[in-house]
Amino acid sequence: MTIFTDIGRYLLMIKGMFSRPENAKMYWKEFMHQCSEIGIGSLGIVIIISFFMGAVSTVQTAYQLISPIIPKSTIAQIVRDTVILEFAPTLVCIVLAGVVGSKIASELGNMRVSEQIDALEIMGVNTKTYLILPKVLGALVVIPMLVVIAAVLGIWGGRLAGSAANILSNSTFDKGLLDGFMPFNVIFALAKAYTFAFILSSVPAYFGYYVKGGALEIGRSSTRAVVISCILILFADYVLAALLL
Amino acid sequence: MIELKNIKKSFNDKVVIEDVSSVMKAGQCNLIIGTSGSGKTVLMKCMVGLFVPEHGEILYHGHDFIQMSRAEKTEIRKEIGMLFQGSALFDSLTVEENVMFPLNMFTKDTLTKKLERVNEVLDRVNLKDTNKKFPAELSGGMKKRVGIARAIVLNPKYLFVDEPNSGLDPQTAMVIDKLIQEITKEYNITTVVNTHDMNSVMETGDYILYMYQGRKEWEGSKREIIFSKNQRLNDFIFASEFLRDAKEMRMLEERGKIANDRNMDDLLK
Repeated sequence: MTIFTDIGRYLLMIKGMFSRPENAKMYWKEFMHQCSEIGIGSLGIVIIISFFMGAVSTVQTAYQLISPIIPKSTIAQIVRDTVILEFAPTLVCIVLAGVVGSKIASELGNMRVSEQIDALEIMGVNTKTYLILPKVLGALVVIPMLVVIAAVLGIWGGRLAGSAANILSNSTFDKGLLDGFMPFNVIFALAKAYTFAFILSSVPAYFGYYVKGGALEIGRSSTRAVVISCILILFADYVLAALLL
Repeated sequence: MIELKNIKKSFNDKVVIEDVSSVMKAGQCNLIIGTSGSGKTVLMKCMVGLFVPEHGEILYHGHDFIQMSRAEKTEIRKEIGMLFQGSALFDSLTVEENVMFPLNMFTKDTLTKKLERVNEVLDRVNLKDTNKKFPAELSGGMKKRVGIARAIVLNPKYLFVDEPNSGLDPQTAMVIDKLIQEITKEYNITTVVNTHDMNSVMETGDYILYMYQGRKEWEGSKREIIFSKNQRLNDFIFASEFLRDAKEMRMLEERGKIANDRNMDDLLK
């Protein structure tokens, strides 16, 4: 029964987010703040992960492609498609579920426990709209951007690793990148990014917003939020792949 | 004035408040007292709309708050200020931003005008040179005062205060009590205070509602408390030997000096 209660409450929370703002200027300010928190705050980790993710892909693909009849440019093709289709959207969003998700859950959890949400409610502010909607919208705007950055940096990391380890030259890598490129893959990656962004912002917001108890419960709900977000991201990843590819 | 009529609230079949009726008068400090778990915080949360009672009416200007639409509730809430037990200041905002928050959200005043109002209320609660400080840099008493400043910045008609003295030393607690009392009279606010601090009861309570196990056990003025024969109330208020002695001394003093209850009011002022 608990799972159905949670699903029902989550859906009501999403519905409750959409109400007329009391003061559009304040909401805009909060939205911009969240864009900066989620985007700038996660940029460093995204850059590091993407670069090494691409580099490792090149080295490991080369390790497995030992047949002399397969051209070396195929390595670049595989790296490109793996990074765009899977690594950039899924891996980055899994990491962001940890970084951004735990932050959202603990921030809202702390506000709930210290009665800051109650204080806003009593002032007449719709707390779901003011606290959750800017986070979800902020994630929907900046996370696809981060995924694009991750894809570019991943491919660039793969290119650098290829030449540094003498696996393939830069020109061969560039040739492979252009061979059989399907623009739909980018659209698919963006569809994933939007879906995952919604999951990794709204699910932790739900766990944080409805936390009960004290500091211990904030930690627990934060962990639970990250675990459930990751599971839902992987499930959505499979569903999207099955539906769109 | 806030009128409560037959309020009932329960959580998972456990009745927390049962059939509570009362009137909180304007320009007075209305106190809700009782032991921990007696339902006073739940009653206050019902009054401000954080909990919805299963039964009863909460009348603001004669209109039932429970039956109001969301828009109507928002209008009433603009007239409500609340000081929470832990102050509930926004951690990421400075003192100035905390106090200015309701003005930013609900008024279209210029920044200069808003700053003027913020400084006015901060001055009223005796806080100076703290505008740029964050809540983490303030003492418990200062946080409470910022909380009061934020609660009164929109000139509310109703002020709710939950455990104003929790975690404060007796001297600071008295300062906060005095401030609440002064603000109530000054702005003619209907103030409702939740407390189990006996100093608060004797210092600020114009009207006192004593809750016992979710029910209204006793109500009256602080002057009437001294002479009350309600055993549960006496056990609660005069729990320590010191307070029992003080009560007996006060009663002896009163009986020796006054002839009837009417004169007693003037004497105790």
